[in-house]
Amino acid sequence: MTTAPAPAPARAAREVYRDTVAELLPGEPRLVVLDSDTGLFGGVDFGSAADRYLNLGIAEHTLMGTAAGLAREGRIPLVNTMAAFASSRAVEAVKIDIAMGNLPVLIAATHSGVSAGHLGPTHHALEDLAVMRALPHMTVVVPGDAAGTEDLLRQALTLGGPVYFRLGRGATPDLPAGPPVRLGKAQQLRHGTDITLAACGPYPVLAALEAADLLESEGITANVLHLHTVKPLDTPALLSSLGVRDTVITVEEHWSSGGFGSAVAEALSAVRPVRVHRMALPDEFVPVAGSQRYLLERGGVSARAIAERARASLDSRRGGIR
Amino acid sequence: MSSPPLLRGAPARTDLTGTGLDERRPDAHGPDAAELADITGRIREHIVAMCAGPEGGHLGGSMSLVEILSVLYFRVMRHDPRFPGLPERDVLLLSKGHGGIALFATLCEAGYFPAEDLDEYARPGSHLMAHPHPEIAGVEIASGSLGHGLALGVGYALANRLDGSARRCFVVMGDGELQEGSVWEAASVASAHRLNSLTAIVDRNGLQITGGTESVNSLEPLADRWRAFGWRVVEADGHDAEALTSALTLPADLDRPTVIIAHTVKGKGVPFIEGQAKSHYARLSGRQHQRALNAVRASAGTPAGGDRR
Repeated sequence: MTTAPAPAPARAAREVYRDTVAELLPGEPRLVVLDSDTGLFGGVDFGSAADRYLNLGIAEHTLMGTAAGLAREGRIPLVNTMAAFASSRAVEAVKIDIAMGNLPVLIAATHSGVSAGHLGPTHHALEDLAVMRALPHMTVVVPGDAAGTEDLLRQALTLGGPVYFRLGRGATPDLPAGPPVRLGKAQQLRHGTDITLAACGPYPVLAALEAADLLESEGITANVLHLHTVKPLDTPALLSSLGVRDTVITVEEHWSSGGFGSAVAEALSAVRPVRVHRMALPDEFVPVAGSQRYLLERGGVSARAIAERARASLDSRRGGIR
Repeated sequence: MSSPPLLRGAPARTDLTGTGLDERRPDAHGPDAAELADITGRIREHIVAMCAGPEGGHLGGSMSLVEILSVLYFRVMRHDPRFPGLPERDVLLLSKGHGGIALFATLCEAGYFPAEDLDEYARPGSHLMAHPHPEIAGVEIASGSLGHGLALGVGYALANRLDGSARRCFVVMGDGELQEGSVWEAASVASAHRLNSLTAIVDRNGLQITGGTESVNSLEPLADRWRAFGWRVVEADGHDAEALTSALTLPADLDRPTVIIAHTVKGKGVPFIEGQAKSHYARLSGRQHQRALNAVRASAGTPAGGDRR
């Protein structure tokens, strides 16, 4: 059985981020953009506010420390780097200089997950959600598509605290229309009664929706929740989606340890006994080239694998294995 | 597209009336040599007292900092202990966070908190831990993991520039700290952006935990390293308050940041540990505390055996 082709990619979230920041900067004097030679911006993008675009070069630790210094002096820095460097190379500066001070710094981390594809494991970021959500004060946001990126960015800048804003590299398809995108609130994209699919990130959400289609053709209906905010997690929405059921399948573009699925498991296990099946990339460095979608499917984050897991879970429950 | 109310404007300028800060930058001012010596003597007394507490403390690298910090807080920096977060203040970032107790003692003498607070150092529930953090009045940043302060200083200096402010930012680093690569990353960025309101001070006492800096991971030629990174370099005796005052009040008329390499003695003022790597962390016994106190008071011209305060 093959899955249906994904909808055509629309816009890259990082380009939406760039355009939104370029629009906001001239009118918001507290905003400062700090870059690390990513090539995403040019100072000319900001017109009269070009003096608030500063390219510090290839220096990620200094990028975070400088952002912290600016934030302590009343500015709201947006820092641009790749997710792998934000969450591994520079993380001590993120922890001590930014998170400890609860400073309003937005870390725009591009090339997250396996979106860097053939650039290889040095440029994949499959640990970043685990790292960033472990830090006190940190809000962790993973926009699902272009429109969500703009909405969530504008909301995140009003928080007054640190934000890890996880973006991909290339264009990804738009998600189907759903309830308004509200930071910290889950979006329910489909209603069902048999199982809950909770997903985070563009392709995981699409895969969950596709899996719901597959299951529906077999008479199984699924709730599909899009949780673009990993921290704080919308636990009430997860709980209410469970209803009398006890099974959640989480889907994410991350290693299975410590990421979105772990966050869901932690939150739900505190409230009631729930089975949480985590669809995530296996515990290995991705050893091959490929597109973002190819690498996800190769790692088991696919509509078919989700549907299989759902069937197996429901079968085991019917079989009285509980 | 939803567009929630986003940000307030830039912070309003603060009325400086009554804050103790002049609109105009003063030249070197404050206590004369004898008065400053009294202050540094009291700071040293506080430090040895904290090192005689239940947990001990970073004695050596705190004693080497005393003149640097006292010249900054009592002669050079524009600041007001009644308004620690005043936007117009000059700031000090103690990047060598293991000099924390020297900073606490200096802030105490400068009026940020009462001397009784120092007695609580390292006791359960006290904000005063071995390393600084911003919960403490007058402390700007958390430090102790080395190699962070200079990047933060870059941020403060960039904020000054964006504000059109004449504020200065001083970053005090240890010499061993310069073995952290992030220092040089930030040094490079600071000169690339011509941050002339930024002054780094290296406490060049030549020692780190396991021995001399030159034997562990050599830093020399240190002045040339900084020059090669585009900095103006000034060298000074880090225990000579007048030399430090001159170095720290040089006109910032150059298009580059300044580093003061302050030559110091680890453990300065306590003869039985001066210049020794083992002074890095000490828990002084009652007898050692008294010997250290006597030495500090003798060099400060204060009679031995008097009340600590």
